[in-house]
Amino acid sequence: MALLRPRDVQQPVLARLLDNERALAAVLLAPAVLILAVFIAYPFVMGVWLSLSSTSVGNPGRFVGLQNFLKAWNDSIFQTTFQNTFVYTFWATIFKLALGMWLALLLNRHFRGKRFVRAAMLLPFIIPTVLSTFAWRWMFDPTFSVLNWLLYRTGLIVTKLPFLSDGTWALWCAIVVNTWRGMPFFAITLLAGLQTINPDLQEAASLDGANAWQRFWHVTWPLLKPVTIVVVVFSIIQTFSDFQLIYVLTGGGPANSTHLLATYAYQIGVATGLLGEGAAISLFMFPVLLAVVWIQLRYLRRLEGA
Amino acid sequence: MAQVVLKDLNKKFDEVHVVKDVNLHVRDKEFLVLVGPSGCGKSTTLRMVAGLEEITSGEIHIGDRLVNDLPPKDRDIAMVFQNYALYPHMTVYDNMAFGLKMRKFPKAEIETRVKETATLLGIQDLLKRKPRQLSGGQRQRVAVGRAIVRHPQVFLFDEPLSNLDAKLRVQMRVELKRLHDRLETTAIYVTHDQVEAMTLGDRVVVMKDGLVHQVGEPLEVYSKPRNKFVAGFIGSPAMNFIDTTISDAGGLYAETTGMRVKVPADRVSRLAPYKGKTVTLGIRPEDLREAAGSDPHDLVFEALVEVVEPLGSEILLDTTVGTHTVVARVDPTVRAKHHQKIRLAFIPHRIHFFDNRTEEAIV
Ligand SMILES: Nc1ncnc2c1ncn2[C@@H]1O[C@H](COP(=O)(O)OP(=O)(O)OP(=O)(O)O)[C@@H](O)[C@H]1O
Ligand SMILES: [Mg+2]
Repeated sequence: MALLRPRDVQQPVLARLLDNERALAAVLLAPAVLILAVFIAYPFVMGVWLSLSSTSVGNPGRFVGLQNFLKAWNDSIFQTTFQNTFVYTFWATIFKLALGMWLALLLNRHFRGKRFVRAAMLLPFIIPTVLSTFAWRWMFDPTFSVLNWLLYRTGLIVTKLPFLSDGTWALWCAIVVNTWRGMPFFAITLLAGLQTINPDLQEAASLDGANAWQRFWHVTWPLLKPVTIVVVVFSIIQTFSDFQLIYVLTGGGPANSTHLLATYAYQIGVATGLLGEGAAISLFMFPVLLAVVWIQLRYLRRLEGA
Repeated sequence: MAQVVLKDLNKKFDEVHVVKDVNLHVRDKEFLVLVGPSGCGKSTTLRMVAGLEEITSGEIHIGDRLVNDLPPKDRDIAMVFQNYALYPHMTVYDNMAFGLKMRKFPKAEIETRVKETATLLGIQDLLKRKPRQLSGGQRQRVAVGRAIVRHPQVFLFDEPLSNLDAKLRVQMRVELKRLHDRLETTAIYVTHDQVEAMTLGDRVVVMKDGLVHQVGEPLEVYSKPRNKFVAGFIGSPAMNFIDTTISDAGGLYAETTGMRVKVPADRVSRLAPYKGKTVTLGIRPEDLREAAGSDPHDLVFEALVEVVEPLGSEILLDTTVGTHTVVARVDPTVRAKHHQKIRLAFIPHRIHFFDNRTEEAIV
């Protein structure tokens, strides 16, 4: 009796295609690649092109090379902005990490009302940034500031503090608000990380003679490092490219002293209409973020390899 | 080197009373094993000694110090955890050195001690590895090494062998015993495995529901169980329990359907008050044997063989007598077949009797 060999059977085209792994992979990846191309690659390439041109609203512009970048670099407002972005990112991330870690360690213990605190802690995170930042703006308001009123009433100050009316003060106010808003994310993520650490390790360490600080430093912290790196990088990226908060809280003022790269790029590119220059300013973020991501990837790979 | 004394120790988790009035005196250099079924409070007791669990009431003394309010690190004890609790990010060397580093030993001394201990345990070639690069048995050794490298006054073990496979468990058991003979450090060892308890312990503490039921040397606990629980828990296969009625027919007899046993002479006076009442007769499988023609007939009964389990060195017979199931452990030469009858004989001085109400042994 002759058996049909598989080759002899006529298979439908689709079935044959699905049997071919490379073709299948291409088919499955296509939607993702398409979305990435349309929404990420195209705007990015477009941005790079704009930054190299003299395009402004109503003027198609022409290729000008690195002129936009040079102009920005020599602009004193841009210099302040550039520095602000680093100061803002650095301190906000440090504060978020320190406070988030502290909260996470606290919430990892058992106490009454723990669930309530956990839920309450998430509030800053779920309120829309624009809304909460408006609330903060009222608290910092030159005339109606409830903070000034409180401090004055309790006798801690005799003259009003220039919360948003002084450039340096305003930037620190923005750092405070960013910390307030971003801390829950740190706390929740670090808490999740903490809960994966076997509690026996803490007990073993305490029998080994480690006090609370040594237990944190020698046991908890090293085990929490991968999670910490991921949140920190995530936060750096978000904070470095922050827009909403500054836009609502200070609008870049007073006197353009609190701009971040994103808000300044918006002001030049969209509000003023100099699209080319705006694009150039925003592209200054790119190398910095690229470096951060690269360092993170390398570090995580090393952890995995170890 | 130190003794450990527990006085009226109690532990409540909220309203749940898990350790009840435990009194124990662990002697200097002794290997004491706490054994009992799951949830009986062994770990909790051990953790109170370690200082990892707060004491609800009572006292714990280590050496001549009352340690109730001392934090774990000041109690001079070391503990081996069931899952080893090795620091995953540290090498074997660092795991073992950690306790010494925290106690600010000089570097050279740390190195000598770690190397010495590693050699003792046969892990000197693993010092550079991380815990996850080790097998279960190797991790176990590292955990033990981390405990002994500090030369503490007391070792605490919480089921350290339960994650190992059967063969390795037996091997590590022997090693632990040798190690203890060599180090001569007081040790408290928790297990729910009665074989481990019997083989390792200088003395064994049998616990159930937070209560200490008996403390004694392994053979003493085995041969003179104080109550029905201890009798059933220690020994494998477990002791047979048979409900019998005490009757007087020119001598005391314990009777049930299909069985009529003469009460051994030395037990007659204690059992006399039970005349006409039911008591539980206990006999270990190994204290039954195939009857010979010369056995007095009031120590012999007939049983129906249900299952034959030949183990090579012996045969386990699952039999029924009336409504009771009786397990016997007989010589491998016995030719027993399933569904056949066999005549079994008691070894009279190994018969136990228990009060049906209090479950206490009648001795
Ligand atoms: N943190 C806790 N909160 C409430 N109850 C607890 C807690 N820890 C233990 N228990 C209870 O205390 C009892 C004794 O627990 P323990 O861990 O001492 O048992 P064990 O004898 O070690 O058992 P096993 O052999 O299963 O380890 C158990 O019933 C357990 O449910
Ligand atoms: Mg336990």
